Amino acid sequence: MNINKVEEGIFKVLMKTSTLLVLVSLFLIIYSILQKGLPSLSWAMITQTPKGGFFLGKGGGILNAIVGSLYLAGGSTILGLFISLPVALYLNVYRTKTSQFADFTRLCLDVLWGIPSIVYGAFGFAIMLLIGLKASLLAGIITLTLMVIPIMVRAMDEVIMTVPKGLIDASYSLGATKIETSIKVVSKQVLPGILTAVLISFGRSIGDAASVLFTSGFTDRIPTSLMQPAANLPLAIFFQLSTPIPEVQDRAYASALVLTVIILLISILSRIATKKFTKHKSLV
Amino acid sequence: MKKETEILVPLMTEVCDEGNICVEGLNVYYGDRQALKDINITLPAKKITAIIGPSGCGKTTLLKCFNRLIDSIDGTKVTGKVMLNGEDIFDPHADVIKIRKKMGLLSQRPYPLPMSIYDNVAYGPRIHGIRKKSELNQIVEYYLREASLWDEVMDRLNTPASGLSIGQQQRLCLARGLAVKPEIILGDEPTSALDPISSAHIEKKFVEFKNKYTIVMVTHILRQAIRIADYIIFMYLGEIIEHGPAHQVLDNPKDKRTSDYIKGIIS
Repeated sequence: MNINKVEEGIFKVLMKTSTLLVLVSLFLIIYSILQKGLPSLSWAMITQTPKGGFFLGKGGGILNAIVGSLYLAGGSTILGLFISLPVALYLNVYRTKTSQFADFTRLCLDVLWGIPSIVYGAFGFAIMLLIGLKASLLAGIITLTLMVIPIMVRAMDEVIMTVPKGLIDASYSLGATKIETSIKVVSKQVLPGILTAVLISFGRSIGDAASVLFTSGFTDRIPTSLMQPAANLPLAIFFQLSTPIPEVQDRAYASALVLTVIILLISILSRIATKKFTKHKSLV
Repeated sequence: MKKETEILVPLMTEVCDEGNICVEGLNVYYGDRQALKDINITLPAKKITAIIGPSGCGKTTLLKCFNRLIDSIDGTKVTGKVMLNGEDIFDPHADVIKIRKKMGLLSQRPYPLPMSIYDNVAYGPRIHGIRKKSELNQIVEYYLREASLWDEVMDRLNTPASGLSIGQQQRLCLARGLAVKPEIILGDEPTSALDPISSAHIEKKFVEFKNKYTIVMVTHILRQAIRIADYIIFMYLGEIIEHGPAHQVLDNPKDKRTSDYIKGIIS
């Protein structure tokens, strides 16, 4: 048998094993959430806010955490997008490929990406103290935005880098300015990449507990203004899991199920959106 | 050598008249490497000038100087002048947008913008301020007809440009370039990615257009230059070796390097 074939065979097996490992662990997680969470999942749970003694096994639901999480993640993703897209475009369209400033910015963003979210939480808390902001939806959104910006910028940056120079030159040669080229050509060409960046950020911010622990507070009510505290799902899961009462712990899994379904829905939606928006992408 | 060529080709205009592109002492450096060495030449208006020469001789660099796309390449330094209608393209105060608007570019391979066929042609006019739908419709139809693409796409103007064949895409790029009403068409090996039939389409268009536009094309294909060029510039290692009317350069080259290139000894 030929040595190349053996090599090919070994690597094929390795790759298949790794893929299988990923899929199996994913399905195991989903299975355990479903198994423990599905029985406790009820209509009341996703349509009601907690009643008194909810964490001791009394009635009510986690609507406060669902809405709070959507507000926090939605707000930070939108705010993050408005800050990140200009940065990514600036690094690529306005700075040259060999720009040291761009390289330095990328390094900083990579470092920021690696900082644990609890540090963002502590930083957000320090800022709040400084400007006299109480634990609120706004403070949570700002902290989460800081956390997702490096993720968003770098994800967009990587796709914008793949835009062929010829496409940008084509726009310039028609007399377009850099800003027109950035908005009308580059952003359009990388729209699927932008959507992916948005999705990753949304997933990251809806699933993060540590950065909102000090900043957004926790409440049984649904916030009606940016200045009110807001609950979120990861913390709701944590509080329910930390009680000694088994049925409350099961509700934690039901909450995890809700969180997973939200992420699944967002993924499906973004895939549909990507398909819809990629039809014009220049295939170069 | 430079002096000699000037004496040898009196037929190519030396006068910087309206519409001519007059290059005076142009040097381009990529970092430490000098890509263009003291280029002095006048490209005549309303003619097809072909720039020929082996790979890496600076043909494309020269072309990119005309519409200042050279600006977007890292670490380049340009000295000298390129005059067009009495204005220096490299004047620090020159309006790059206005310069680029005067020149349509056809690149080696078509780069349709990520939008529909209609929007590709309307892109230029739109960024230059035309908003009226009826006016845009007219422009789009007119220039797609100019590029002989209208009949093939008239019933699918709102479909993505990327769905066209590569030959159609190149004609779309031609229509898109013409829609900003340029005076000059720059072609950077515009047929090198195309099949023979599509190439012939583009060549036919160039010949048709030469009474309306000044056409400068870089080409790798000597036969293409023979077929359509009025004037030929032969470049070698960043220098212009020989230039003049096409038949003169091709049939009766004065420099050994030119004749070697034409005979295929160097390529």
